Amino acid sequence: MKKENFLWNAVKTGLLGGAIIIFICLVGMTEIFSKRYVIEKFVTLGQFVLLTTIVGAGFIASRRTSNLLGENRTVNNLTGGLIAGLVTGLVLALFVFIGYKVNLRAVFLNASPPLYNLLTFGKGQGNIWPLPLIGAVGGLIGAAFLLIPAMYRGPLTRASIFTFFMALFSGLFRVVMINQKGGVEKAAKYLFGQTGLTWEGTLIFFFGVLIIALLWNYRNKEVRARISRLPKRGQLTLRILLFIVILYIAIGLPTVSGPFIAQVIVTMTLFILMGLGLNITLGFAGLLDLGFVAFYAIGAYTVGLLTSYGPFGLQHIPFWLAVPIAVLVAMMAGAILGLPVLGVRGDYLAIATLGFGEIVRLLAGSDFLAKYFGGPQGVIGIQKPCIGTLAPFVRVDVPRVCNGIELGTVQGIYYIAIASALLIAFVAWRLRESRLGRAWMAIREDEDVAEALGVNLIQTKLLAYMLGAAFAGLGGAIFATLIGSIFATSMQLIVSINVVALIVVGGMGSIPGVIVGAIALIGLPELLREVSEFRYLIYGLVLIIMMLAKPEGLWPSTAAKRELHHADAENVSAESMI
Amino acid sequence: MGNILEAKNVTKRFGGLVAVNAVDFNIPEKSIVSIIGPNGAGKTTFFNCITGFGRPDEGEILFEGNPIQRLRPDQITRLGISRTYQNIRLFADMTALENILVGEHAFLHSSWISSVLGLPGVLHEEKTALAEAQRLLDFIGLRGKGDMLARNLPYGAQRRLEIARALATRPKLLLLDEPSAGMNPRESEDLTEFIHRLRDELGITILLIEHHMRVVMGISEVVTVLDYGEKIAEGTPAEIQSDPRVIEAYLGRGAATEGMATAHERFTGSKKSD
Repeated sequence: MKKENFLWNAVKTGLLGGAIIIFICLVGMTEIFSKRYVIEKFVTLGQFVLLTTIVGAGFIASRRTSNLLGENRTVNNLTGGLIAGLVTGLVLALFVFIGYKVNLRAVFLNASPPLYNLLTFGKGQGNIWPLPLIGAVGGLIGAAFLLIPAMYRGPLTRASIFTFFMALFSGLFRVVMINQKGGVEKAAKYLFGQTGLTWEGTLIFFFGVLIIALLWNYRNKEVRARISRLPKRGQLTLRILLFIVILYIAIGLPTVSGPFIAQVIVTMTLFILMGLGLNITLGFAGLLDLGFVAFYAIGAYTVGLLTSYGPFGLQHIPFWLAVPIAVLVAMMAGAILGLPVLGVRGDYLAIATLGFGEIVRLLAGSDFLAKYFGGPQGVIGIQKPCIGTLAPFVRVDVPRVCNGIELGTVQGIYYIAIASALLIAFVAWRLRESRLGRAWMAIREDEDVAEALGVNLIQTKLLAYMLGAAFAGLGGAIFATLIGSIFATSMQLIVSINVVALIVVGGMGSIPGVIVGAIALIGLPELLREVSEFRYLIYGLVLIIMMLAKPEGLWPSTAAKRELHHADAENVSAESMI
Repeated sequence: MGNILEAKNVTKRFGGLVAVNAVDFNIPEKSIVSIIGPNGAGKTTFFNCITGFGRPDEGEILFEGNPIQRLRPDQITRLGISRTYQNIRLFADMTALENILVGEHAFLHSSWISSVLGLPGVLHEEKTALAEAQRLLDFIGLRGKGDMLARNLPYGAQRRLEIARALATRPKLLLLDEPSAGMNPRESEDLTEFIHRLRDELGITILLIEHHMRVVMGISEVVTVLDYGEKIAEGTPAEIQSDPRVIEAYLGRGAATEGMATAHERFTGSKKSD
């Protein structure tokens, strides 16, 4: 009975794997990903994704077998994995077989001859027999992976993920390294191919990380103990040193990496600014705002109108003066949004704020207000920041000349963006530790009780909206000078949703979480141009997996950590009592 | 001694239902007063009227001689009325210490700008606030548990933490809504003693809602009985226990004639252990 059970389970897992593979093929991922190598001239990204699915099916089937039959059933585990992989392969083979007989293209655009060609390794219809075989072998490998002792499994996983990561971003590293001279350039050519890693690079990264991870397994306790044994002064020095190293890298990066990466980092930083802002309203005070992009737009338009020498420029004040004004205007907008929705809670608040965001976007882009905001043409000719003195202006339509350093390039804006993000992160941290931060958290937890404890709800909620809006306004202000022109169409709802998503993924209410979330959801997809077509597909998938596997976020706030810590402490004391 | 709180003719309606009907009610300063009554008698609604959660439709509530029925909850708290809840309502994901610090909110004055700048005044204020919170934590016997999340504390400790949080608002009048709910006899004895300490050591006037007759009768100086939103009796515990109207309200019409002794026994809970 039990035996049948585990076999049937393996078949089910295999069918699921097959369904996923067919899905990947039909949305066109396989084809597009096949243009890019993971290991140069050997494995393409498309093949890699399919293989990973098969190996994953084998692994899951093997784990389920363990759950059903208990541990130490090596043969059963391997059989389970083998069957799951085989079934996955068979499903894929069947798919190819049917594909050759029946034309599916009327419904599935991507079910095209090139896809079948890829899946049969270019040999046509007769060559589908390797698919089940590959499936079986892959499933077996996945199953075998579970049997490796946990001590080695962790480092192996880490090494594989790191190597894959390097392969994905190999173009990036290659460009950065080739820009250097001498040995670094040679190393780049040795490690990275045109797309993907070279064989040598793959081996070096994989075994390098593996060895480090294994060593860390043995030694981490010792190292940590040694650090915690350091006197307070020493620990502080260590932290300052770390900070200086990070700062050095941050300052040096744009000159080394070139404008593209600097641009990506600036985009990321702008999202960090918005994220830190929403983290105040949503993360601290628990007020869901789905129209957050409105404040970003208001910041951008304020700077645009105040500094542009285009047709809609009102003034020509310097960037440095325009930014604080933009922040103040955004803050006022926050209050204007906050006042009517003070008494609105939960889901209703989300909808009300959603409306606010759309209103701002539509007004800015409307013909009705086109003579102020440029309507669909947008505001163009926004001044670049200038360090030094500006020539005094004579007429509004004459651009002012900068007598000094003009931060006109992306690299220049990069420094402004990084500095602002650091400053805002510091402000957010101070706010959270303050009396106001506690009041926000109290409101998030239970509004009525907070009020009964003397927290003025009107004042506290308004401050949450205003300060959150101020941060986003700063982001928008920098965005305006970065692009040099603003259009209402770039203030879409999806921006607000991105900001909410990055906070949730990073960890609600956590400041480092915002940064991690922005890197994961904004930075990485920007760098992976090949994937851009499937960006939101993968995005959605990642969000679902995150919510199931790690709902507290990638870098949870200290409260969550404290809780874990205490749970441990309680367990220990309970054990010692027994 | 004067009255710290005077409620005159307080009426609260929810649609057609009159939850509190023309109740007159006084609390003498530094006394311990209880409100009892069957479920749905309007006790918690009356509490809500006092603390500003629901404005009375008619009538007047005077706290230290000033009308408070039009004020917001946070304003009433600042005047010196604080409360706890029937079902514990701590900030579950904040630590014990942070819960108390929120209670001190009204007495801290640093603005957000000075907090961001980290001005010396703010640092000093925070330090004092923390010391005060620590003191309250010690007072309720939770020394060293300050960093625990409120949700992880045992039930009794959560009840006490809620009282400590209410105390942090420096109340002159403390409203306790069924503080002994879910406690065993020993714990409720401790609670009785604790409430006495609040009054005797801190000089706080206490108003209780309580179902637990042993606690009510052991602690209260005055007991007020509500039924269907109306005040049906008021007096010392002894008077209340022998009042036929009260017994009728609790046990039904037949009970008053059933024989006082049995009803009395059941009512005071002298046979039951709960």
